[in-house]
Amino acid sequence: MADRYPGYDVMAKRWTESWNETTRQVIDRRLAVAHEPRFFSAAEWRTLNAVCDRIMPQPRDRPPVPLPAYVDQKMADGLLDGYRYAELPPQGEAWQRGLAALDAAALEAHGAVFHALAAEQQDGLLRSMQEGSLTGAAWRGMPCKLFFEHRVIPDITHAYYAHPVAWNEIGFGGPASPRGYVRMGLDRRDPWEAVEAAPDEQVDARRKTDHVG
Amino acid sequence: MSADPFAAPRAANGRAPDVFKRGGWVPMREYGENEAVDFVVVGTGAGGAPLIAGLAEGGFSVVGFDAGPYFRPLEDFASDEREQEKLYWTDERIVDGANPITMGGKNSGKAVGGSTVHFAMVSLRFRPEWFRSRSSLGYGADWPLDWREMWDYYAKAEQALSIAGPVSYPWGPKRPRYPYRAHEMNGAAELLARGAEAMGLKWTPTPLATVSAPHGKSPPCVYRGFCRFGCSTNAKQSQLVTFIPRALRAGAEIRDLAMVGRIETGSDGRVRGVHYHREGGWRFQKARNVVVAGYAIETPRLLLASATDKYPDGLANSSGLVGRNLMTQSNQAVFGTMAQEVRWYKGPPSLSLTEHWNYDDRKDFAGGYCWMAQGPLPVEWVSVQTSARGLWGQALRDEMEKYNHQVGLKMVGEMLPDERNRVTLANETDRYGLRVARVTYSWGDNDKALIQHALGQMQTSLEAVGAKDIFRQEDDTNHLAGTARMGDDPATSVVSADCRSWDIPNLWVCDGSIFPTTGGVNPSLTITSIAMRTADRIRTLAARGEL
Repeated sequence: MADRYPGYDVMAKRWTESWNETTRQVIDRRLAVAHEPRFFSAAEWRTLNAVCDRIMPQPRDRPPVPLPAYVDQKMADGLLDGYRYAELPPQGEAWQRGLAALDAAALEAHGAVFHALAAEQQDGLLRSMQEGSLTGAAWRGMPCKLFFEHRVIPDITHAYYAHPVAWNEIGFGGPASPRGYVRMGLDRRDPWEAVEAAPDEQVDARRKTDHVG
Repeated sequence: MSADPFAAPRAANGRAPDVFKRGGWVPMREYGENEAVDFVVVGTGAGGAPLIAGLAEGGFSVVGFDAGPYFRPLEDFASDEREQEKLYWTDERIVDGANPITMGGKNSGKAVGGSTVHFAMVSLRFRPEWFRSRSSLGYGADWPLDWREMWDYYAKAEQALSIAGPVSYPWGPKRPRYPYRAHEMNGAAELLARGAEAMGLKWTPTPLATVSAPHGKSPPCVYRGFCRFGCSTNAKQSQLVTFIPRALRAGAEIRDLAMVGRIETGSDGRVRGVHYHREGGWRFQKARNVVVAGYAIETPRLLLASATDKYPDGLANSSGLVGRNLMTQSNQAVFGTMAQEVRWYKGPPSLSLTEHWNYDDRKDFAGGYCWMAQGPLPVEWVSVQTSARGLWGQALRDEMEKYNHQVGLKMVGEMLPDERNRVTLANETDRYGLRVARVTYSWGDNDKALIQHALGQMQTSLEAVGAKDIFRQEDDTNHLAGTARMGDDPATSVVSADCRSWDIPNLWVCDGSIFPTTGGVNPSLTITSIAMRTADRIRTLAARGEL
């Protein structure tokens, strides 16, 4: 599929008035996340990678945003949400139990662990988790639906949309301090905002995007 | 860059951070722990900060405690959703009930300035009838405050926070001009206005606590759109840049990274001071009066955790109501897709609104609501798409790509007080060894009816402006209130109209906890107005020798 914002790169604004020093440091740290797990075991890591690939599939023509690494970082650093459903264990334990239970469900349904399954089989199991229909001793009483809604989905998708690559895809302006914005109304675009392309206007949009900054 | 604001307290050694200057300092008076100060105030947000300033300006010795850090926005705030989660209270809390409340960014803050550091700046007055909703509208509970007196304090709060608002406000009794002109509207706000006009409803630019022209050291708002993640330019008139600097100038001390864990009471039953955790250890500050201003979760948590043999059910709790009648506000929304580019990330998120005064009271549910234009940033937006629609995988990616064409309307609705909705102490403990709060919440039939009414109205409005693929977000809430309600009767309330506990005369509560009902608009301006009134009342009581 054609890019909606061809050639747009939030990172190109890094040295403009839209980024202050604090923001540059924060984004640099985010992009430098360690790709090896500190929290998850090797087996959990394989399962987590496979789950991330299905929850947030990524184009093959660029390096993927390392979503499992961000989930691992959140668990290893103990970055909490500020609330926890009474039926869920603490976040790290929830992930460990949930990944093991997902493998157990995969073995029972298809005779192989989750990461070894075909994408359709993986999606089927994730859908069952979302619907609350996965049961079994490995869950140890943790409702799979709550685990899906309050751990799997937010931990993976929030990490993705906190990444500059995702901002490029959706045409978000990204960091905006101190410059902010001037043209506020409908169909108005500041020169430092992404240029949207209709499907047949890729070249024109890309030419305009060369001037974004 | 200065040192990490989380690593060690900044307000110490006779100085506090100058919030208007990178690496800057301002002088700060300090009080000894063994010298009983006139007032300890626990919490420095919308309730605590105006009270700290008001008391210090009245000549009292005051120490304000906050569990969070003391930020300098210019150097500490990134233009980034994820990083700025550092402004929230993210310590563990257990949620249960039929409709567990999502805690975190939408109803908590952990910083000097409290949640006003990241609030959406919406500064609205309660409708006069809401102060007597039981006797005049037939639901909830009456407040012990008169709306006419509140009208005066609202005006004072609007001046103190340099609110930018419309020349004339469409609803309610006359009010003075807002101190600053209204902000320019963005595309999302314009669509609310068009929809309202198509329905025959009045609308207005939203009165906001961010300046539209320079004020002191605050520059005008530059429409970054990151308001709910901390304002990195200081245009936002949070407590951190308004009442806290005033408090310091008047001789108050602020202690950051100072978690109060227990209020000590003496054999005479009166409060003696607070035990607090700072720099790795527990310490004790003597005080003649203690004001709890930790908001609707931390306030009851502290009162309950301070139980003694004399007060086995916690402090100020002879009514049994501490922790009860917790209220949140319904925050459902309707979203759709426009042909035009809306780019709702620009500017404050809620630049226009339409209020409850549009509706008469002859409807089949109690309570009021308003709705506002929306501008979620990407992480917030994916949270809506996943929770409201259950999307993931390629379907989620495809929907997220429509980001710049989305439009939405979100309500702030009144939920009714119910004693079963409450804060209790769980058996789990936090990093300080304190029992964490358990927050139990279920919507009532009236709450559900109000939500459905609002969703229908908002959907009609979006349809009127040509939005397509409309969907509803049915499950969101924001803001908190209740858990230490004020009233006229010690049997049915925790504090008096002066925010003074009925049981212990030198113990006070001054934050959203004291709300008997929560109203159908954002609560912060009401909290601040009551705090300003409480400071005046304490000065009056002291002058009469009644403290």
